[in-house]
Amino acid sequence: MTARVGVVTFPGTLDDRDTQRAVRVAGMEAVPLWHRDKDLKQVDAVVLPGGFSYGDYLRAGAISRFSPVMESIIEQAKAGMPVLGICNGFQVLTETHLLPGAMLRNNHLHFICRDQKLRVENADTAWTSSYESGQEISIPLKNIDGRYVAEERVLDELEAEGRVVVRYIGGGLGGYPLEERRNPNGSLRDIAGITNAAGNVVGLMPHPEHAVEPLVGTGRTDGLGFFTSILKKLVTA
Amino acid sequence: MARVVVDVMLKPEILDPQGQAVQRALPRLGFEGISDVRQGKRFELEVAGPLDEAALTRIREMAETFLANTVIEDFTVKVEDVDGAKAES
Repeated sequence: MTARVGVVTFPGTLDDRDTQRAVRVAGMEAVPLWHRDKDLKQVDAVVLPGGFSYGDYLRAGAISRFSPVMESIIEQAKAGMPVLGICNGFQVLTETHLLPGAMLRNNHLHFICRDQKLRVENADTAWTSSYESGQEISIPLKNIDGRYVAEERVLDELEAEGRVVVRYIGGGLGGYPLEERRNPNGSLRDIAGITNAAGNVVGLMPHPEHAVEPLVGTGRTDGLGFFTSILKKLVTA
Repeated sequence: MARVVVDVMLKPEILDPQGQAVQRALPRLGFEGISDVRQGKRFELEVAGPLDEAALTRIREMAETFLANTVIEDFTVKVEDVDGAKAES
């Protein structure tokens, strides 16, 4: 049986096609899900891709949160279904409170688009088990609302429970100011991605789906691990 | 008819780079003496029915769950009569 991974399209989503492709490259079936449809078509996992859903009106992810498809996803995620939010998808996951904290405008106010070095801090989640803990990867980063913030108490809790999944460790080109080379957007504690306590819901700002084939993206396939991780999880489940 | 105004501001401890950019631009434009700027959002809600306590409760709920993200933002709800009289709520 093939693992089926749903990929949601909201109005304003950009990366749904790349995400579907990444799912297929990893050897799974990609199932398109429409924002107005509560039916999840019996998928085994869901990816919320990047883009500017609902024009990012009000706040990034704020309106998508109330779409019919999200009602079903929130319910299933709480029941343990693996969910990955990439970029705008991460913003949606914080707005739904499936993940703690919030995303704000980059501290330097610029849109950023570059290859970004990350360290995988937690290789035990549903979406990162193909990596080694401490492994360094490079995948594209492209956003303007990428600054992760949360209360000190929440940040301490995330650190203590090992729920920081990926952290920015630099890789910015020489043209950037020194601080920005390491941390591209002012995210607290260099956090690029986090998980919920159960480890089934993961959100990150950089884009693994753009780095799954050598021809495009960073020229490496460092992002593929997110998709092979979930395959491994689903076939052994 | 009543208007309800919801003001949403970033919490004081949250960095507001947009407000800072505005503040830094002020002296260049000849506006001196402003030591800090913070930028927020204002929502003007025209209430169709009577503005009773139940309606206000719903609006506060709306502000808390949707208009503001209380992880990063604070909000206030004010009732404004069409003639401009204001009342804190």
